[in-house]
Amino acid sequence: MADVQAFAEAGADLELVGIQKRFPGFTAIEHLDLKIPAGSFFALLGPSGCGKTTTLRLVAGLEDPTAGKILIGGKDVTALKPHKRQVNTVFQSYALFPHMTVLENVAFGLRRRKVVDPLAKAHEALKLVELDHVADRKPAQLSGGQQQRVALARAVVNRPALLLLDEPLGALDLKLRRQMQQELKQIQQEVGLTFLHVTHDQEEAMTMADTVAVMNKGRIEQMGAPAELYELPRTVFVANFLGQSNLFEVQVVGGTDQVLHADLNGHRITVPRNRSARDSGTITVGVRPEKMRLHTQAPPEDSAVNVIGPGRITDVSFTGVSTQYSVQAPEFGEVQVFAQNVEAGPAAHLGDIVWLSWLAEHTFGLADDRLDTGALNGDFSTQAIATRASLAE
Amino acid sequence: MAFTAFAGNAPVIEQAPRKRSWTALVLLAPGIAYMALFFVAPFIQLIITSLQMAPENAGIGEYVTAFQISNYGAAIAEYWQHILRSFVYAIIATIAGLLISYPLAYLIGVKLRPFPMLQGLALILVIAPFFISFLLRTLAWKQILPSELIGTDFSVIFGLTYNFIPFMTLPIFASLQSLDLRMLEAGSDLYASPVTTFFRVTLPLSMTGVVSGTLLSFIPMSGDYINASREFLGGTGTAMIGNVIESNFLSSQNYPMAATLSVILMAIILVIVATYVRRSGTEDLL
Repeated sequence: MADVQAFAEAGADLELVGIQKRFPGFTAIEHLDLKIPAGSFFALLGPSGCGKTTTLRLVAGLEDPTAGKILIGGKDVTALKPHKRQVNTVFQSYALFPHMTVLENVAFGLRRRKVVDPLAKAHEALKLVELDHVADRKPAQLSGGQQQRVALARAVVNRPALLLLDEPLGALDLKLRRQMQQELKQIQQEVGLTFLHVTHDQEEAMTMADTVAVMNKGRIEQMGAPAELYELPRTVFVANFLGQSNLFEVQVVGGTDQVLHADLNGHRITVPRNRSARDSGTITVGVRPEKMRLHTQAPPEDSAVNVIGPGRITDVSFTGVSTQYSVQAPEFGEVQVFAQNVEAGPAAHLGDIVWLSWLAEHTFGLADDRLDTGALNGDFSTQAIATRASLAE
Repeated sequence: MAFTAFAGNAPVIEQAPRKRSWTALVLLAPGIAYMALFFVAPFIQLIITSLQMAPENAGIGEYVTAFQISNYGAAIAEYWQHILRSFVYAIIATIAGLLISYPLAYLIGVKLRPFPMLQGLALILVIAPFFISFLLRTLAWKQILPSELIGTDFSVIFGLTYNFIPFMTLPIFASLQSLDLRMLEAGSDLYASPVTTFFRVTLPLSMTGVVSGTLLSFIPMSGDYINASREFLGGTGTAMIGNVIESNFLSSQNYPMAATLSVILMAIILVIVATYVRRSGTEDLL
């Protein structure tokens, strides 16, 4: 990139076209097409081994794709070395230089690009993460949370067109993680850069990102706004990885031009056509546990409501904001129900016979079936990938 | 210095109140006795000898205790060229050794890291020649090198460089072996070219190995007398301070001169090493 000397005025688009990445012995990314619009906070979410870290390393230039193109701001950077890409990474391990002070760590990228007055800009970046008072210390003298913020400042200070975050909050404890999530989001809005965040924490992805792409086994399963993904998952993997779902295998028996009618061992299940990926044969449908309601008597027939039951409550656990029930019946297996603790005292008890209902419009029809999920195997952490990559050289 | 950094995070362990005990002293006694007997006493003897003078009409090797500080002036006046030559040889050979050893250590410690078998093999290849006597190997080089090169500055520096390669390679290897390769990725991510990453990240992080390697080579090199001797790779114009000390001690039996030169050699090495260590910022090693 010719303008590597200049600060990015704003974030740039990132486009991955037909990316494939093979390591000796396994394929990390099968086929990936992805477009991230400028200025967005994009999260790649998936279990370890899904290829998300490899994707990030490809964008940073730390790995070369086996096939495909990478475009940043419309320019093909596939052949560019990492130091020539206007991209910065916040590494999972932070990778702060131990022999330099915090200030020199932050100024490192600025000095390489011969930016005027690197130290003043480094101080500014440290102020942004509220760590200017430790500028003269060595990284080893800082706590994990502080190191994480230095790593962030070291990347953000360069105003990259694209900022890559490789599970940067993974090593922090829960409370600090929540706090950093807020701060990261705030910084992203302040500086207006494009953030690509890789994480396996679905809550983190949903709270921070504008757009979440769920990755599994080297492919993107589904992509969209967090609420959209949550309300309308398209695959079994997404339905289960992003929150919890109750899934049922049903037979489509008919319908109108608005809805599908399906049969679940004698119970009628209604699914809106525009919420179902398939419209005939045996399909898998689902509903989120908090969308379900418990009834101690069979509720009256209503075409807008799906009802199953009776079933027996086999487990009750109180989590504070809600009570989680497990309900079992031979016709539909085990179902999870989350009931908000709006009223005092439990609504139902262990062993009670109950009926379950939910609005037909909350039902979603999936594109694949339960059995397709498959086990997630292999250790594809950053380090394992780096080791394999160096073996390949 | 740097270690206090780590101490900052570690919990402070309260030391138990120290009991006055003879146990520690008893355990230390053999070591103290050894050092006193074989280092302190000979060193005092060396200084005493360096100040001795020859009485009138003395025979060869006959000296009496005196306080003849002028021995030092005389030694420098007579042998300053040899002293200078020793350090020039040692410095050139140390630099040459570093230029050969660093890439070698980098290959073994970084590039071969994913292949432990090859790494082990490469390390054995570095050390294996040292299972054969130093003298034999140096003599062998006398046969291998073209005869017109023997007895020149080149052949002596060549011999010094060759003989101290493992002392340079192993410490550098040890520090590169523990280099976190993610630092290099971070460097390239922050716009540093491979060359810049090397000088800004890799080299500073392996500096302890470089300093200990150069010290382990430079100190014995400056006092070496095998490579420069005429029986080996040296000639008439290549005598180092070690050769002068040897001939004064064994041939002309001028013990005060040999002792004086030894003290001078030691003093100069101390000054050079102290300056070097301070300049390279690795005081932790001392």
